Amino acid sequence: MAAFAAARSSRGVLSAIKASFNTFANVKHGLAVAPIAQSHLLQHARWYSVSHLSVHERIDRKRNAALVGGGQKRIDAQHKRGKLTARERVELLLDPDSFVEYDMFVEHRCSDFGMEEDHNKFPGDSVVTGQGRINGRLVYVFSQRNVLASGVVPQISLIMGPCAGGAVYSPALTDFTFMVKDTSYLFITGPDVVKSVTNEDVTQEELGGAKTHTAVSGVAHRAFENDIDALLNLRDFFNFLPLSNRDPAPVTECQDPSDRLVPGLDTVVPFETTKAYDMLDIIQGVVDEREFFEIMPNYAKNIVVGFARMNGRTVGIVGNQPKVASGCLDINSSVKGARFVRFCDAFNIPIITFVDVPGFLPGTSQEYGGIIRHGAKLLFAFAEATVPKITIITRKAYGGAYDVMSSKHLRGDVNYAWPSAEVAVMGAKGAVQIIFRGKTNQAEQEAEYVEKFANPFPAAVRGFVDDIIVPSTTRKRICRDLEVLASKKQTNPWKKHANIPL
Amino acid sequence: MAAYMITPTLQRVLLSAKHVSFQSRYCVVAGRARYSVVYDASEKTFDKILIANRGEIACRVMKTCRKMGIKTVAVHSDVDANAVHVKMADEAVCVGPAPTNRSYLNMDAIMDAIRITGAQAVHPGYGFLSENKEFAKRLAAEDVVFVGPDTHAIHAMGDKIESKLLAKAAKVNVIPGFDGVVENVEDAVKIAGQIGYPVMIKASAGGGGKGMRIAWNDDETREGFRLSSQEAASSFGDDRLLIEKFVDNPRHIEIQVLADKHGNALWLNERECSIQRRNQKVVEEAPSTFLDPDTRRAMGEQAVQLAKAVKYSSAGTVEFLVDSKKNFYFLEMNTRLQVEHPITECITGLDLVQQMIRIAKGFPLVHRQEDIPINGWAIESRVYAEDPYKSFGLPSIGRLSQYQEPISLPNVRVDSGIQEGSDISIYYDPMISKLVTYGATRAEALQKMEDALDHYVIRGVTHNIPLLREIITNPRFISGDITTNFLPEEYPEGFTGHRLTPEGRRELLATAAALYISAQLRSQRFMGNLRVSTTSQEQSQWELQVELEKKSHLVSLSRSGSSFTVEVDGGSVEVSGEWNLASALLPLSINGNPRVLQCLSRDATGQITLQYLGTQFKLRVLSRLAAKLTGHMPEKVPEDTSSILRSPMPGSVVAVSVKPGDMVAEGQEICVIEAMKMQNSLIAARAAKVKSVHCKAGETVGEGDLLVELE
Repeated sequence: MAAFAAARSSRGVLSAIKASFNTFANVKHGLAVAPIAQSHLLQHARWYSVSHLSVHERIDRKRNAALVGGGQKRIDAQHKRGKLTARERVELLLDPDSFVEYDMFVEHRCSDFGMEEDHNKFPGDSVVTGQGRINGRLVYVFSQRNVLASGVVPQISLIMGPCAGGAVYSPALTDFTFMVKDTSYLFITGPDVVKSVTNEDVTQEELGGAKTHTAVSGVAHRAFENDIDALLNLRDFFNFLPLSNRDPAPVTECQDPSDRLVPGLDTVVPFETTKAYDMLDIIQGVVDEREFFEIMPNYAKNIVVGFARMNGRTVGIVGNQPKVASGCLDINSSVKGARFVRFCDAFNIPIITFVDVPGFLPGTSQEYGGIIRHGAKLLFAFAEATVPKITIITRKAYGGAYDVMSSKHLRGDVNYAWPSAEVAVMGAKGAVQIIFRGKTNQAEQEAEYVEKFANPFPAAVRGFVDDIIVPSTTRKRICRDLEVLASKKQTNPWKKHANIPL
Repeated sequence: MAAYMITPTLQRVLLSAKHVSFQSRYCVVAGRARYSVVYDASEKTFDKILIANRGEIACRVMKTCRKMGIKTVAVHSDVDANAVHVKMADEAVCVGPAPTNRSYLNMDAIMDAIRITGAQAVHPGYGFLSENKEFAKRLAAEDVVFVGPDTHAIHAMGDKIESKLLAKAAKVNVIPGFDGVVENVEDAVKIAGQIGYPVMIKASAGGGGKGMRIAWNDDETREGFRLSSQEAASSFGDDRLLIEKFVDNPRHIEIQVLADKHGNALWLNERECSIQRRNQKVVEEAPSTFLDPDTRRAMGEQAVQLAKAVKYSSAGTVEFLVDSKKNFYFLEMNTRLQVEHPITECITGLDLVQQMIRIAKGFPLVHRQEDIPINGWAIESRVYAEDPYKSFGLPSIGRLSQYQEPISLPNVRVDSGIQEGSDISIYYDPMISKLVTYGATRAEALQKMEDALDHYVIRGVTHNIPLLREIITNPRFISGDITTNFLPEEYPEGFTGHRLTPEGRRELLATAAALYISAQLRSQRFMGNLRVSTTSQEQSQWELQVELEKKSHLVSLSRSGSSFTVEVDGGSVEVSGEWNLASALLPLSINGNPRVLQCLSRDATGQITLQYLGTQFKLRVLSRLAAKLTGHMPEKVPEDTSSILRSPMPGSVVAVSVKPGDMVAEGQEICVIEAMKMQNSLIAARAAKVKSVHCKAGETVGEGDLLVELE
């Protein structure tokens, strides 16, 4: 089913695509399961072969058959599994009456194992393809994707059933992969093959369920409760995205005052530098209406990424999460952050970065795993990004990790520090142990180090931060800067493409 | 020298200017003569006062100090370094880590703070060291003035046994009971039997409902004795208990007294504090609907007799139990400023903190008994970070992500010590604020309270506004027919939130649907130029399905401007408003009546949580298509809650009474959790074998943490 659908739909991709979706039209891949024909379908099948019908009549019949899909029995079976049919999914996803279907008459061309029989052929087989609108904006919906469109239009995959083998690369190549909990799976090889090759006992859910991919592998970006929740969330998510790389980040009507003060931010950072707080408290306080669409909320939780709006305009948010592993950068969080920054840069979405980072996670597992290479991805992504970049240092900004987090050195446009900021090579204790190794009265040295470096001034006097701001004014400042930076134009030197340290 | 001479005059000008604003906020009762609060700058009291407390009461005391031209010193624990009372004070001193016994009860550190800052006097607020005679003694030893009564009165009234004997001697009515210390459990059972059930077991050193339990039979006496003595030991460091007759159908009415060091004493009328849960006050009012002038005078006079008998000076409160025949019995005397003092200030026009400071300095009272008026009516709601659906209020903690007090409304006073961003922690009392409204009549004050509760925005912690709003609109409460058993009597199954009337249900459904459509319309409005035009959807009619309390309703809407006509459940509702989706408050006109709702959450899948008439309702709005298909979605199986025991609140585990493999009977105690100094015994929901235990004594647990699993 997959191959031809891709061939057909690629026409759409190259000509007029504004956005595309992989709606995994999961009527259990007609090929694998030999369907048992129903009586009324047989009737239909007979009609197809009767030649005395006029072309007009045949068109109508085929169209009707396509709308029924595999027949009521299969629709019921799909419902029984807690899933919707492809057509129902499309209807829910798109604005009412906005769907225009393509390739309704396509049928499969498999001629083995009895698949060629008329009763095993359905018009519009397996996939539903077409265009429609989400909140009035154009969107294309179809099955397989063409890799060349990456970076041209934002692409989202929603996995709503099993997806295995080479087919998994289709969602893997899109910008975002969402899954439906308990009903969708993604794996290269299924549990049976795994058992025969490695002798591991594993269920589909453990191997490639939503939980695995959103928390362990990092393959999927979010999971939703069921088909309906997933599709409604997708509509919401779509509103954050521009239609293509030639469109600016969308601006919606905003009722949240852009100069709103956020008094809670003045007390959010605890006095003790060792005490954790929740970066989401800061993000939600700053953005419009506390609305934050988090990407990968259960994976590499020491970094927070997601979309929000500032004065109505979509922004990408990146923040260290002091609540998890002190907000340090490690392999997974670097890759998570880098991919998100790349997306924002590709689609003209300004990036706001909140920094509270004690450094890169030390240890053999990180070094052997290639933290240098993976950390470089985040560095590379921020450095290459030409979208407006605003950075707020809320507390720690230590060493190389400070540099990586959209610092001035990586062409940050506006870099702020809160009064609680400490821009330094490392914390006082570690620094003193190295500088004054073996010497006594380290406590005194520590106090001196704190006095000298554990504050925003060293960075401010060198121009690495543009201003030290009162936390409650953060929203106001960012909104004002985004206004100014809206016209930012920056081009990197010509190249075929850059070589991100993969 | 010249500058020095001018200062007092200038100060007086400034103070009189402040005085005006103080009055306008605190005590204007329209169309009534009002008692004026005068801050006489020539009456020199102290230069600097240290407030040995935190939260709202510390802020409350500082406000008056400021008006009197007194510099203030705050003390705080390390976690309170950012607290409002610290910012408000002229100086602040950290007195230790978060646990109260190492900070706010740490006398050594507080004495140091006094020496460092040179404070001449200490106001203790309520709780903490306010009724600690040892503290008062140590202050006296260093010539620092304690703003409160002298050690003798604290001692005499602080001990419930001694205070009862004193009251009896002063010809104050007292409750029948046992005037000695209860030795042990069996002694308790014996005494209880002699007095006759029901009896009240309470801590001799206690107050505020802590260490206090009612027993109706021998078993309850045994359990109550054990829990109360533990609580008394942990709260007051004194596990002595006493037992007395429990007065049925009682009202709790207390008299505010004010006495100076020259033998003068006044009674400032009563406060009705019968609305309580677990012996802690929730809603108070002044005056009481129940007292006639004769009873009021009789109670006032007895209160003054008692104050004089112990040579009381400062503000104090004499608590009485009043039965249905208006017989009143002395309960105890609180030798401090009470939490609920603002309602007395509202009806009398006095600033009690100012009077306490004056008295402490040795000034005589300026008022005579006939000067004390009852001007209008005042009501106080204690707004707590508590879940009212669990035993009328179990503590909750969290960060106030959004917080707006309804102080822009007229005749509303909010005493609080927190602000947006503050943390409500397990270490301290979970009170958010005291919301006080007043009016010329009780009805007016109650109406104001409804408005104020609707306009109060609290996000990030669970709060008891649902319960407060139900109480003040309860017909029995409005009629004034209340006792201290009001809550269990009115809500025998526990508090379950506002019960919707058919009309209320329609209003709520219509509002949710209109809000959903407003949000949907907004999400279609893109600003700026788009290369591919959007299709305009100038829809003005919608068909939706709204789910509320597990019932689905078909709803049709039509819109004209910002006004929606909603057909639902066979009725039509007109809803209009600004539909500002960014605002915490949703002021609407529903069928022409003004109503303020709050939208607490709204998501892409149509889930909307609205606060309507104080209670939070979860709704789900779906298009007809989505609603039709929802039936096919798999139901997620909820956890079987009868076989697991989760912590109902954050706190620390005091004791675990079972181990894996034990058999427990239904109702048997499994473990004890202490939160905010209250010990809560958690029991088995059914008879079963214990499968696993996930907590141990001494551990800190969060709300919802798994404690014990049953098989």
